[in-house]
Amino acid sequence: MFSRKTKEALCGYLFIMPNLAGFLAFTLLPVAASLLLSFTNWDIFNSQNSEFIGLRNFTSIIGLKLRTDNMTGLTDWLCFWNHLHANDPRFWQYLWNTFFFMIGIPLSMFGSLALALVMNTKLRGINFFRALYFIPTIAAGVAMYQLWRWLLNPDFGLLNQLLSVVGINGPNWLGSPLWVKPALIFMGFWTSIGGYNMLLYLAGLQGIPPHLYEAADIDGASNWQKFRNITWPMLSSTTFFIVTMSLIGAFQGGFDSLYVLTRGGPAGSSTTIAYYIYQKAFEQYYMGYASALAWILFIFVFAATLLNWKFGGRRVHYY
Amino acid sequence: MKQHFRSVVAHACLSSGALLMLIPLAWMILTSLKTFTEVYREPPVWLPQKPMWSNYVEALTSFDFALYLRNSLVVVILAITGTFLSSAMAAYAFARLRAKGKEAFFILLLSTMMLPAQVTVIPVFRMYVSFGWINTLYPMFVPAWLGVNVFAIFLLRQFFASIPQDYVDSARIDGASEWAIIFRVFVALSKPAILTVIVFTFMGSWNDLWTPLLFVHDQQLYTLPLALFCFLSKTIGVRGVQWELMMAASAIVIIPLIVVFFFSQRYFVEGITMTGLKA
Repeated sequence: MFSRKTKEALCGYLFIMPNLAGFLAFTLLPVAASLLLSFTNWDIFNSQNSEFIGLRNFTSIIGLKLRTDNMTGLTDWLCFWNHLHANDPRFWQYLWNTFFFMIGIPLSMFGSLALALVMNTKLRGINFFRALYFIPTIAAGVAMYQLWRWLLNPDFGLLNQLLSVVGINGPNWLGSPLWVKPALIFMGFWTSIGGYNMLLYLAGLQGIPPHLYEAADIDGASNWQKFRNITWPMLSSTTFFIVTMSLIGAFQGGFDSLYVLTRGGPAGSSTTIAYYIYQKAFEQYYMGYASALAWILFIFVFAATLLNWKFGGRRVHYY
Repeated sequence: MKQHFRSVVAHACLSSGALLMLIPLAWMILTSLKTFTEVYREPPVWLPQKPMWSNYVEALTSFDFALYLRNSLVVVILAITGTFLSSAMAAYAFARLRAKGKEAFFILLLSTMMLPAQVTVIPVFRMYVSFGWINTLYPMFVPAWLGVNVFAIFLLRQFFASIPQDYVDSARIDGASEWAIIFRVFVALSKPAILTVIVFTFMGSWNDLWTPLLFVHDQQLYTLPLALFCFLSKTIGVRGVQWELMMAASAIVIIPLIVVFFFSQRYFVEGITMTGLKA
């Protein structure tokens, strides 16, 4: 009836079918719809009132206005940026927050690398330790965030209690615009240091051929020289992968922890762009505006990935 | 001698690090066993005078745990089954079957990992409204049956690609259907990857707060994460938050995760490692 080849192809399409349906329903069509929505002021409860408004969402998000009314002398004109006003100042604040949280990326990456180096010394009981350090990663959910809310409690939380032992009067971590970001970065560090990145680094370390180190030993290389000239370059593809995934994650993620711990506060000091999209779409129901925000976020993710490929990818050492 | 010294140092580092990692979790358990006055004592007491196991009973009853557990289990089991079936089928097709256009589609799928969920969520919300799926459990497991977990497909494909073609050929000669080849040969030979996918899906859907938050309003349909989130406001008594109850409820939600993980961690680690090598 059918030739072997046709049959194989038919089978292939059949097996991909659920996937293709899911791709259409949950990715392709929604992407197209959301692009359209970003040019409208769509109201989910009252779609009759929605209309096409061109680029207005985008200009209200990233647009800047020059206020000329109180600009008098030449110096005012030369320093015109002092008179620029953002249409949506929150957007810029939240963008800054999103980038600020990225301080956590190198911290947890180098923490994971250090941990992997210690774990790679062929110890007994390594499986046990590896599992232990992984616990925070698997437990990362509402229950763990509630725990952190308690740990960071200003008066009775464990962290401030411990700090008071050494005579430090700990801040109101989650209630202070200054300390909320460091507190969340600290929690992220605790959650992720023994997680996926550590496992990837450990696998990378185990893949380095031992003869490289033997040769270095013969040449009398120090531990630091061995790390700098063998370990680090041999791990470059792992590092590259981790940086790429962390950047993507930093732009998109973090919703759950923010929702449980701070609701983006105080005064928006822990709101990220991803969280802002949630607020606009599902608390204020500005669906068009939120769609435009989501596309701006996507452009950032895309640009970050591209830059990383261009500049980081070049340094990757393949063997 | 030098080797011995190094391993002692490494052990000391790892043990003290592990202690630091576990302090928060230990504090959760300790808090859950205290009385209200012990929780708010200054300076803090580490050990409760008498462990208040009754906190767990109180948390379980005032929290309507059985209902939320039932919802969570329904969602988790259906999501795991769906992810397993859809990703095994797709991974086999991508790894082994010759069909025009499949490479391009695979790359397209992989690139969607870059797409923030925020881009698609609004149209998807509208779609659920027209399906009448708002206020149902469907949004929490139906996407899994349609293979939206690209990572699972990717992971299984990597594993499947390393299985020798001879196995497929000899199974075909024995008259096995393609279906049997997937589930009797490929799945059976990829236990670490399958287990990784299952554990990942379990963790993801057990911890999922976003989906029920957006698509479910009726408390009867809450899964554990959302219920636990709302539980905090219920524990606020006249004298403040009853953290001992909150921590007891949190421990009840976290413990199944840790148990599942400990049973599967050997395979799980192997599975994750596999993705990094090929990445």
